[in-house]
Amino acid sequence: MEAFKEHVGFVVPLDRINVDTDQIIPKQFLKRIERTGFGEFLFNDWRYLENGDPNPEFVLNLPRYANASILIAGANFGCGSSREHAPWALQQYGFKAILAPSFADIFRNNCYKNGILPIALPADVITSLGEEAHDTEGYQLMVDLEAQSVICPDGTAHTFEIGDFEKYCLLNGLDEIGWTLQYEADIAAFENR
Amino acid sequence: MYEKIWETHLVRASANEVPILYIDTHLVHEVTSPQAFEGLRLNNRKVRRPDLTFATMDHNVPTTDRSLPITDLIAAKQMETLAENCAEFDIPLYDIDSPEQGIVHVIGPELGITLPGKTIVCGDSHTSTHGALGALAFGIGTSEIEHVLATQCLLQQKSETFEIRIDGKLPYGVTAKDIILSIIGHIGIDGGNGAVVEYTGSAIRALSIEERMTVCNMSIEAGARAGMIAPDDATYEYIAGKRFAPKGEEFDAAVENWKHLPTDEGATYDRTLQLDAADIAPQVTWGTNPGMVTDVTGRVPDPADMATTDEKTATEHALAYMDLQPGTPITDIPVDRVFIGSCTNSRISDLRAAAEVAKGRKVAENISAMVVPGSQAVKRQAEAEGLDEVFREAGFEWREAGCSMCLGMNPDTLSPGQRCASTSNRNFEGRQGKGGRTHLVSPQMAAATAVTGRFVDIRKF
Ligand code: SF4
Repeated sequence: MEAFKEHVGFVVPLDRINVDTDQIIPKQFLKRIERTGFGEFLFNDWRYLENGDPNPEFVLNLPRYANASILIAGANFGCGSSREHAPWALQQYGFKAILAPSFADIFRNNCYKNGILPIALPADVITSLGEEAHDTEGYQLMVDLEAQSVICPDGTAHTFEIGDFEKYCLLNGLDEIGWTLQYEADIAAFENR
Repeated sequence: MYEKIWETHLVRASANEVPILYIDTHLVHEVTSPQAFEGLRLNNRKVRRPDLTFATMDHNVPTTDRSLPITDLIAAKQMETLAENCAEFDIPLYDIDSPEQGIVHVIGPELGITLPGKTIVCGDSHTSTHGALGALAFGIGTSEIEHVLATQCLLQQKSETFEIRIDGKLPYGVTAKDIILSIIGHIGIDGGNGAVVEYTGSAIRALSIEERMTVCNMSIEAGARAGMIAPDDATYEYIAGKRFAPKGEEFDAAVENWKHLPTDEGATYDRTLQLDAADIAPQVTWGTNPGMVTDVTGRVPDPADMATTDEKTATEHALAYMDLQPGTPITDIPVDRVFIGSCTNSRISDLRAAAEVAKGRKVAENISAMVVPGSQAVKRQAEAEGLDEVFREAGFEWREAGCSMCLGMNPDTLSPGQRCASTSNRNFEGRQGKGGRTHLVSPQMAAATAVTGRFVDIRKF
């Protein structure tokens, strides 16, 4: 897994609450057995029209947001099915961080495991960042994981919470299985109890 | 109860580290596992405990004649991949031709794999179903599947505890499905976030084990990590004699142990909610998530009445997608399809309840209705009781076991614009097919809707 320390990127606002994983990656793409290539199907049903052409009205298709790597969304992002294809699709599309007032539990965990940083900030902050991204072409944010803060172009910083463990793994690009296997002896002892 | 199970499964809990939790049973299916096995191979890792792992095929198996070749090549590939992975890693597999095949959350309890006090995980969010027997069971993602395969453990943060207490007697025509839909209507689809729900109270105690599964199944739709119900005599009776359940003296000893599981008298929960069973009416969802639900006697809400602008926008989106007008009585909504099945409502008691309604009646003209049993065992039982005949005579299609139209991954899907009364658990946009419109209801309500062609109050049917 790639380590995440600091990231500066363009921001795209997705003004919807309760975006569920069926929208992030519709189920027809779950039949693949590979682990890659999901980015092009991200938000498929919103992003493409019936005939397969890009939907010109969907925010990700607007040329001004073409290189966005930070997504701003409404509350309870990632609810619904536990499919990990959702963070894969977001990550393979090029998103590094997602900002929302809240996230669904399983989805949030799945993000950490795939090197995406889910950042929960108060609803009014999210609303105003979303408005900035909407009003200012080329709007960028900086995410500093070490300092647990999102820094705006004018220098304002918004701090966010993250568990020590998740932070450690992201900062070091560490695979969790390797981490658990360090404690093989504890597992064996438990099994023999 | 959650805390008791948690404590006895901790392998390691150090300050500032995520606790390592031991997993007693890992259920595997064809859709979420291929990449996990791929990960193991890439890293040269083995499955630590194949003996604690069970695999089945359910999500995209065809539910039509099984002797024909599978028409969907990618689905076939996933099933083939699971079979190869199970062979390579020595994991028992109940494949499509197995007499035990079925939806993973139906066969777990059926085979006695699901037991009180166990930790159970599966790469599917409705794993919470197994909590109905007093297990701690929850859904995991693909990298966690890989983690459990390799280590038989999971890195887990402890959740909050949430008691949902329902006392009183359920009115006639009101089912376990209506209980859970009405709970979600009350607390919202994020009302359970971060918590493990324990359902308590006399109305929950009065439910059969299968009905308890329906309630626990949809815990995840309220955002909860898991749902559970303390085991009691009904639980032990259900488990006795099941294939993988302990037998004889071992069983008696197990029951003695299980009796210590229920939450101690006077223990407190982080959150609580109380509902009166007598206030619950048959439920019908009108929107695009399970929290958008109302009584069958209710009406489609008006976005203008919503408290926040977010809710207003969400309601507008939902009504546009569902093609519904504010203020329409629920019982005025006509449907095109009816689906009875899914891990929420495809057990024998669900089919019996639906058959009772369908018996001697006919599916309305222009409506296509189908019944998909949750497992081969349920199917055999139903056929032995003649339920298949009842359904066929009434004009329902009678299918092979699987997830089917619950998620529309096999060929059973809605066409754009089609409206469906469904006993499944998710009414998200496109869940049952792109453009398809899903209304969640109980099996009784679904059967009655098939007969009348529109939603009806089962209490007056
Ligand atoms: S029946 Fe539906 S919800 Fe249940 S396991 Fe299958 S797809 Fe998932």
